[in-house]
Amino acid sequence: MSSITTPFPETPAVWKLPYRGKVGMACLIIAESAIFTIFVVAYLYYVGKSLAGPTPRDVLEPPIFYTICLLSSSLTIHFAAKLLGRGKRGAFLGLWFLTIVLGALFLYGTGQEWHRLIYERGFTISTNLFGTTYYSLVGLHGSHVVVGLFMLTIVLLFGLAGRVGPEQSARVEVLSLYWHFVDAVWVVVFTVVYILGR
Amino acid sequence: MSTDVMAIQTAQISTRPWTQILHEWVITVDHKLLGILYILYALVFLVVAGSEAMIMRIQLMYPHDHFVSPQVFNRMFTMHGTTMVFFVGIPMLFGFANYLVPLMIGARDMAFPRLNAFSFWLTALAGFLLYFSFLGGSGLYGAGNAPDVGWWAYAPLTARAFSPGHSTDYWTIALLVSGFGSIGTAINIIATILCMRCPGMKLSRMPLLAWLNLVVSGMVLIAVTPLSAAQIMLCLDRYLGGHFFDTQAGGSATLWMHFFWIFGHPEVYILILPAFAFVSEIVPVFSRKPIFGYPVMVGATLCIGFLSMSVWAHHMFTIGMSSYANSFFTLTTLAVGIPTGIKIFNWLGTMWGGKIQFKTPMLFCIAFLFQFLIAGLTGIMLGSAAFNWQLTGSYFVVAHFHYTLVGGFLFAVFAAFYYWYPKITGRMLNEGFGKLHFWLFFIGFHLTFDLMHIPGMLGMPRRIYTYEPGRGWDLWNLLVTVGAFVQAIATLAFVANLIVSYFKGAKSGNDPWDAWTLEWSVSSPPPAYNFALIPTVVSRRPLWDLKHPEDPDSRYE
Repeated sequence: MSSITTPFPETPAVWKLPYRGKVGMACLIIAESAIFTIFVVAYLYYVGKSLAGPTPRDVLEPPIFYTICLLSSSLTIHFAAKLLGRGKRGAFLGLWFLTIVLGALFLYGTGQEWHRLIYERGFTISTNLFGTTYYSLVGLHGSHVVVGLFMLTIVLLFGLAGRVGPEQSARVEVLSLYWHFVDAVWVVVFTVVYILGR
Repeated sequence: MSTDVMAIQTAQISTRPWTQILHEWVITVDHKLLGILYILYALVFLVVAGSEAMIMRIQLMYPHDHFVSPQVFNRMFTMHGTTMVFFVGIPMLFGFANYLVPLMIGARDMAFPRLNAFSFWLTALAGFLLYFSFLGGSGLYGAGNAPDVGWWAYAPLTARAFSPGHSTDYWTIALLVSGFGSIGTAINIIATILCMRCPGMKLSRMPLLAWLNLVVSGMVLIAVTPLSAAQIMLCLDRYLGGHFFDTQAGGSATLWMHFFWIFGHPEVYILILPAFAFVSEIVPVFSRKPIFGYPVMVGATLCIGFLSMSVWAHHMFTIGMSSYANSFFTLTTLAVGIPTGIKIFNWLGTMWGGKIQFKTPMLFCIAFLFQFLIAGLTGIMLGSAAFNWQLTGSYFVVAHFHYTLVGGFLFAVFAAFYYWYPKITGRMLNEGFGKLHFWLFFIGFHLTFDLMHIPGMLGMPRRIYTYEPGRGWDLWNLLVTVGAFVQAIATLAFVANLIVSYFKGAKSGNDPWDAWTLEWSVSSPPPAYNFALIPTVVSRRPLWDLKHPEDPDSRYE
């Protein structure tokens, strides 16, 4: 036994492998993209196939302001992570908090839209095919925003307790990758639902 | 010295109360214990789903048999298919991947040990949910109501109107949960392989088992997720009144078929590639030659993974697609034969001129080669649209895919058991019992699945619970059932071997097969930390280099 474990050749001088957190998150993003692809395909497949009204043109208004909020949160989280890497904790926390506010604003926008559709127009997930595909696609994205906000808030709380420093910046980068993905998906969903589907 | 330490550890283990041992298994994040849990879990469900198959075979033994009711028969084929794919196939491949990949690439554990445990327990919960439907399918008082929609669960069978009660919901939720478990483990395997390799273990030096599991995990990421998405849609349909698959509100039953098979066909490659992985490790060792054409094997694997994503609609030739779609899916399906053929030639090339040792693992591998070839040939037959129109939905199809999954996947899994059991337990499986298992299973397999093609060609449809006498199907069905019993007896011999050898088997030592990959350099079973010193490798066969310093592989690679 002992004769076999020791005499492996010497370690090569340079042996660098990618960071597992980043690879793991990249894989998760690939998997999530496949889920979103199926929902987007279903949405596009059913555009105009509802047997009864209302149609997207009747009820949908593009949420331009809230879209700008969400997309700009990608910028704030990017700079927040950069600042953390340079050790500027205060600036990091400020931008991180701003990211959460922007994400929450977006969620508020979706909530407001759904409230208007459900309570004023009586338009629900079971009204017609448009309702089914619209609520499930936008809802799937919204649930990802909720998960993202939850994780961002955890980091914020740890940050306020003084536990997030430059040594955590690799992990923070991983989380920001997820947030970028959520934003990128919104670009697709927005295009499909509010531009192509209308 | 190290043996003394181990003896002390064993003594400590044996004196601990069983509750403590159980607690350790439940909270473990060790890839080896989780791997064993996965494998045991798959074995339990193999026996369960095998019993369901036996019930179906007894029912079909004679025309007008009354062993079970039509309703029970429907539940049996649904549960058999679902269990075999999701709770035998996937846990089995993840179990071996979990156990072997870190050891083979010289890592101390997976990249995310806690995610690993989480994924296993998700899968375990999913299997429990599926089988709880026997009790809870119609509420507790309506016992005996497992899902009966077939493992494809085509719409509109799954609509509320046609599947009242909760049995279909248990099916949906179980598959959703097990899908999340699979995605978790796939992420883990990819991250482990890309980020945890020991120094010198370049991608071009990785054992083929690690390579194939890397490809499989990539496929899980993009093939299992469409099923999860479709299950979410089905849940929305059943619980919130959605219309995704509700044809009366303009929804499409065909869309479900597409979504299901976008998952369903890559899934069979997800199952068969790990079988290829086992064969690629075992055949060289028992031929005493390195694998023939390593880079081509890797390329062929990637090619299969890529092509498998574009063949799904060959399950749907009869639904009335355009002739362009039919031609496209015929061509892609036939194209899969090329990389698969390359693999078969490379295994033959490995054996050619080698000093072949006919130990039990090698016997299973050789049988695998021939059986998988035949399964591939009937696959090419069914892959061409014109032929498919004649035989789709018949027992010919059933015979074909059981040839791949039993004759291919299961034979390779048995080979893997005989090959790695010594590493996992420290004891050899009994060789005599093993040969008995092999020959009995081999005979039973061919009796069942060779002959099953014939009633298929004579027009016997799948999923019927009985048939009229005098159609020329009677004798074949009887023989098929006899073969199924032979396989069941062989499986009992295997299980007996697993149990008896665990207590009475000969001690294996570190390296009973004189093999070349890193897992054989550590003790059997390996210590919790795997490697006391992280090894460094300079070739594809690190243990060959170690045993033959005068003629190392690195000189030729």
